[in-house]
Amino acid sequence: MKLHLYGFEAASRLLLGTAQYPSPQVLHDAVKASGAEIVTVSLRREGARERTGQRFWELIKELGVRVLPNTAGCRTVKEAVTTAQMARELFDTTWVKLEVIANDDTLQPDLFGLVEAARILSGEGFDVFPYTTEDLSAADRLLEAGCEVLMPWGAPIGSGQGLANPAALKSMRAYFPETPLIVDAGIGAPSHAAMAMELGYDAVLLNTAVAKAGDPAGMAEAFAQGVSAGRKAFLSGLMEPRDMAVPSTPVAGTPFFKLDNAS
Amino acid sequence: MRIVVNGEVTQTAAATLAELCTALGFSEARIATAVNGDFVPEAARGQRMIAQGDRIEIVAPRQGG
Repeated sequence: MKLHLYGFEAASRLLLGTAQYPSPQVLHDAVKASGAEIVTVSLRREGARERTGQRFWELIKELGVRVLPNTAGCRTVKEAVTTAQMARELFDTTWVKLEVIANDDTLQPDLFGLVEAARILSGEGFDVFPYTTEDLSAADRLLEAGCEVLMPWGAPIGSGQGLANPAALKSMRAYFPETPLIVDAGIGAPSHAAMAMELGYDAVLLNTAVAKAGDPAGMAEAFAQGVSAGRKAFLSGLMEPRDMAVPSTPVAGTPFFKLDNAS
Repeated sequence: MRIVVNGEVTQTAAATLAELCTALGFSEARIATAVNGDFVPEAARGQRMIAQGDRIEIVAPRQGG
């Protein structure tokens, strides 16, 4: 079963960010090694002399992946909407990773602004990927606003803490069984990505853990394996944890067995 | 007239946003624009007049997470 996002089918369940790599070549190699078919990008002020953006655009085109532009750094609905509109023209896509940031220290989403911006953008024909929390009422309102995908945080952006609230993520999965859910942000290790997938999440989105690794391409591959392992485990049915030990080796026929031992 | 381009005060003789982009060396470049917080599509830059004090954003693709 492939991942379905607004009509797009992807075999890979790993979405990768393109920021903070030591060089364009390392970014290129990491994207290739990750197997990601979707990468996040952004937009920034361009200097006519430096033309930084033009070179980056060439690199992205060469990778042949689908781009998901973000509205990172936006703090108001207005900023986020205008940024999304500019991104749609720049990247020639209706996709947008919608971020409306509430606080500099936690980079947590402003859920009220997020819902409002999602409603405006969905009305303008955008396919909105909202960066949200695991709050269920916010999730309901985002779906009602037109979102077909939800991206709750694992932990604060760039923190690498893994899944800070697995119980809430589990509830969210149970509450929205049909909606594509992507854990976005806070993933620091392949085991975190595997855990998100084991909870039944459809995909994970991460950046820093790969970009800042000693060997980003190696780490990208490790994440791809973690995501695959977690997905396979979820589909195969994980055992429920038990409070007490239960022997896995058959008890019947144990040499020297006496009934007393079992009491 | 004095306008603000990407946060920097700039002097320009350009009448329209399209002229401004060309004067700044952005013709042919992959950019998107906004004036005073509102998006201006590429096709509308030729009609969008520039006024004293306008705040203009000229952006391009960049790495993102």
